[in-house]
Amino acid sequence: MDSLVDKIKSGYLWDFPGGVFPPERKSLSNSQSIKQLELANEYIVPVKQHIGHAANVIVELGQLVKKGQPLTELQGPMELPVHAPTSGEVIAIEPRMAAHPSGLSELAVVIKPDGEDTWYEKKPTPNYLALSKVELLDKLKQAGISGLGGASFPTYVKQSNSQPIELLIINGVECEPYITADDMLMREYATEIVSGIEIFTHLLQPKLVVIAIENNKPEAIAAIEQACQGKSQFVVRAIPTKYPAGGEKQLIQVITGQEVPSHGITADIGIITQNVGTAFAAYKAIVQGEPLIERVVTVTGEQIKSPANVWARIGTPVSHLLAAQEYQALKRPRIIMGGPMMGFTLHGSQVPVSKITNCVLAPSEKALPRAENEQACIRCGYCADACPASLLPQQLYWHSKAKEYEKAQDYKLFDCIECGACAYVCPSEIPLVQYYRIAKADIKAEQVEQEKAEKAKERFNARNERLEREKQERLEKHKKAAESRKQSMAKDPSAQDKVAAALARVQAKKKSSPETDQTDKTQTTEPANAAKAKAAAAIARAKAKRAAAAQEATAVETAEKQANNQESADQQTQTDSLTPAQIRAKAIAAKAKAKQAAKESMTESEQAPKNANSEKSTEAQADEPSADEQLTPAQIRAKAIAAKVKAKQQAKTQNSESADSPDNAEAKTNTEFQEDKVPTDEKLTPAQAKAKAIAAKIKAKQQAQSVETKSPEVENEPNTEKNMKDHQTPDAELTEAELRQQRVKAAIAKAKAKKESLGDK
Amino acid sequence: MTDYFLLFIATVLVNNFVLVKFLGLCPFMGVSGKIETAIGMSLATTFVLTLASIASYLIDQYILNPLGIEFLRTLAFILVIAVVVQFTEMVVHKTSPSLYRLLGIFLPLITTNCAVLGVALLNINEKHNLIESAIYGFSAAVGFSLVLILFSAMRERLAAADIPTPFKGSAIAMVTAGLMSLAFLGFTGLIKVS
Amino acid sequence: MILLYSLLALGLIALIFGAVLGYASIRFKVESDPLVDQIDEILPQTQCGQCGYPGCKPYAEAIANGDDINKCPPGGDATIKKLADLTGKEVKPLAGTEGEEAEPVKKVAYIREAECIGCTKCIQACPVDAIVGAAKHMHTVIIDECTGCDLCVDPCPVDCIDMLPVATKPENWRWQLNSIPVKQIQ
Repeated sequence: MDSLVDKIKSGYLWDFPGGVFPPERKSLSNSQSIKQLELANEYIVPVKQHIGHAANVIVELGQLVKKGQPLTELQGPMELPVHAPTSGEVIAIEPRMAAHPSGLSELAVVIKPDGEDTWYEKKPTPNYLALSKVELLDKLKQAGISGLGGASFPTYVKQSNSQPIELLIINGVECEPYITADDMLMREYATEIVSGIEIFTHLLQPKLVVIAIENNKPEAIAAIEQACQGKSQFVVRAIPTKYPAGGEKQLIQVITGQEVPSHGITADIGIITQNVGTAFAAYKAIVQGEPLIERVVTVTGEQIKSPANVWARIGTPVSHLLAAQEYQALKRPRIIMGGPMMGFTLHGSQVPVSKITNCVLAPSEKALPRAENEQACIRCGYCADACPASLLPQQLYWHSKAKEYEKAQDYKLFDCIECGACAYVCPSEIPLVQYYRIAKADIKAEQVEQEKAEKAKERFNARNERLEREKQERLEKHKKAAESRKQSMAKDPSAQDKVAAALARVQAKKKSSPETDQTDKTQTTEPANAAKAKAAAAIARAKAKRAAAAQEATAVETAEKQANNQESADQQTQTDSLTPAQIRAKAIAAKAKAKQAAKESMTESEQAPKNANSEKSTEAQADEPSADEQLTPAQIRAKAIAAKVKAKQQAKTQNSESADSPDNAEAKTNTEFQEDKVPTDEKLTPAQAKAKAIAAKIKAKQQAQSVETKSPEVENEPNTEKNMKDHQTPDAELTEAELRQQRVKAAIAKAKAKKESLGDK
Repeated sequence: MTDYFLLFIATVLVNNFVLVKFLGLCPFMGVSGKIETAIGMSLATTFVLTLASIASYLIDQYILNPLGIEFLRTLAFILVIAVVVQFTEMVVHKTSPSLYRLLGIFLPLITTNCAVLGVALLNINEKHNLIESAIYGFSAAVGFSLVLILFSAMRERLAAADIPTPFKGSAIAMVTAGLMSLAFLGFTGLIKVS
Repeated sequence: MILLYSLLALGLIALIFGAVLGYASIRFKVESDPLVDQIDEILPQTQCGQCGYPGCKPYAEAIANGDDINKCPPGGDATIKKLADLTGKEVKPLAGTEGEEAEPVKKVAYIREAECIGCTKCIQACPVDAIVGAAKHMHTVIIDECTGCDLCVDPCPVDCIDMLPVATKPENWRWQLNSIPVKQIQ
């Protein structure tokens, strides 16, 4: 590296491939010094403004905070605290729209300033050389310093790099048009910046420090050169103006001629880059003890009457900045956070300034036309010429658009720095970077899905093993118990009689219950145990309650159901001769119809008597159709059988007359059932048994839908009773448990009523 | 030596089996959807063609001709080809099950590939000796592979391109194949092989 | 004479080739079929049973035996496409959703704890053991482990489980073309 260092010192500069030369438009905002603004009405401080994890909020609602007071506390790695930008009262800790292209909300601490602007206790350490490295890094961390160049990587992590660093590059390039924040900062605070850089050199001990500034900022170059006088380790380089020379990897290529390896970081080749803004913030934090609470933001654009750079506190709503600089909205207002190449359009003007906001741009339509005119790619190749990362944007676009993500990754999609140079030159105005972002997001989402699936698979296997193990243990236990019993029986002959007597009793019991069952031939699989029957009935009723979503089924629905049932009835007449494909097709058709009917019934469920329940029922409905669709023919048959059983059950438990039900539907569904009886000797797998349960529910629901027209009064009472949200019974004095019991009873009652209306078959 | 070289060039380019003689179009259209399958198929066909070419020459020379049963040529050749294909299938199944699955039915269909039988019969017509038969078979396969891989690369591009709906799928593939054939017409007269 | 020669010749050829093939079939014997594992890798492992099979491995086996590849709703179209690539079958729309929008919303289960009676039915139903609880004790769903398979909703006797869609956060927000709505910013 020494030869490299010497070469750099001699003034040699390399170049990076590609690049574009957009009009700079920096003269709009680089003629005035950085302004201070008045306090805004409120400051929205997002809890997470850096790459990493959010820290814990330690302030409470209504708490009075001072300027620079930490609002969050660190708990783990890659966390940075955020600080109050001014003194005031915490009026809210809630999700607010974040400075993110999605427009989604993130947790933020909202502070209403009290106008006093009193500082929290500052801990300046001008003799920071006396501190140990660990203490220094901790101070950087506690001050919330992150990379102000745009990536917002926690500076203390970057500075605590364990690899040997030979070159520290300070990025004062600011290659993007319109933005002049770093330019003005360098002009006005050159000595402070250099002092901040010295903190970094103390931490990293590089051989050389190169401060790179684009040659369109002569004043800044002069200022920094003066501040670096006498410091032999510091070299100021004016590099040719080209976008995106300010990109970390491109800058390294210009200064050193070396490339950062793909998927690697700059430290891998012994280089660290930091922005001038970060250096300034580090100076403020260490030497003056002030945490990062403000930064220079360029408020510019043709729609701003007085474009300038301002000291914006972190958390200032963009609207405040715009108002201060006299923003004039267009007919189609457009405010961009960031520059014209890499910024994003804001969804609202209450978005706060965060640590990485370097510019608020309000361009005119003419100056920055919207990219709304995408045409076909003419394969001209300009984009490949422009790409600073030597990629093939055309191919990336091709494969990203066709969602051929593997091929896109073959073309090194993840090496794209999303600088926008390719989109800038595209004659067809294709928003290339959008496609790459979509592709990258899709690939990442797929990876996450894949990992989740792996985990789920492991858990599934583990669960199966656990069940196996438990079964084995149970068998072991039984065996042991049997053996010990045998032994005890061998010793004690009277014990044998006990066992025999017990067996005899059980036999007698069994004999008696089947007799009562046989009197009603409709009982088939009912468990002999009365309690079990009740439980099963209760569960079935709960399910039926869920199933009873549709309040007033229309005739159309009924007719549909009829047609559906008719069809399935017809189909079932030829069960044995159907091919699997046909069965499936019919199943799909039936499902589709059922789903449609379910959907229609959902829309009608807002009707009066069952308002409250409809909410839940529609939920259940939403679940039902999805379950509906996955039925195989075996399941349909299973369904039918189970439903038949249920119907019989209902008949047994309630001797009520059938409500007015379209007999047609009933008749048809029942013929269906009968025909389904044919393949009863099919062995049911666990899945089918499960399916039976689902089936029973769904069938009951279907029947409920097709039948349910009358007896709203009967159902009214249990419904209102069952209304979870609105306890009409005087249950203020009831206990939790009783409430629950009541609810369960209500559920049971409703299901009962439903079954009444289903009738007797 | 030059004769062999000229034979090679002639069979690969001038008298390309797929685009000039229009033999072997079935796998040409069938497996050219993806480059991986195309490469696999071309390797398999090369293997089959070379072996079959040599074997059928030998059978013809030493069994059919001496016994005067030339009328059994087609039968015998098909037998040879079928055996070689079956052998190839087993090898592919063992070495690369994914390729085996990707090629699917097209692997045994090499048996009915008219290019393979065509090479075998053309060897007899052209009265090639053993070395020439081998080279003829091999270069026919090289020509087939060349065209197949070129075509599949183009089809992959076409799959992602913005093609008008009536042309999507096989239609644009046929058009492309026709254009390729036109292009190969340019080689006519390059070498005069009598 | 010719006839004899023909028969002999062909017979001889056939014999030789038969021997070669026979030897080759033993030499190049393929033992197992890793296809099932490869298919299983692609499936999303929610073990929900919506395909009609009790788990993802049985469905993978069924696909290897020729079953349709379009039965997995949690996998969505992406899985169907991958399966089509692997098995060489055609891409078909998801069974039962012909003519509907593609991506199903990712959901996770949520137990309304006020109503839970501690019956452990849902715990038994969960194929990936994502529900924590014990008999007569509160049950709750571990969101990170929940695959959204729906199997716990049915067994619950008091119907206290909801399937809630997973919220989109800026971290997992996916870029869409033309996603920024036209808004009036003053």
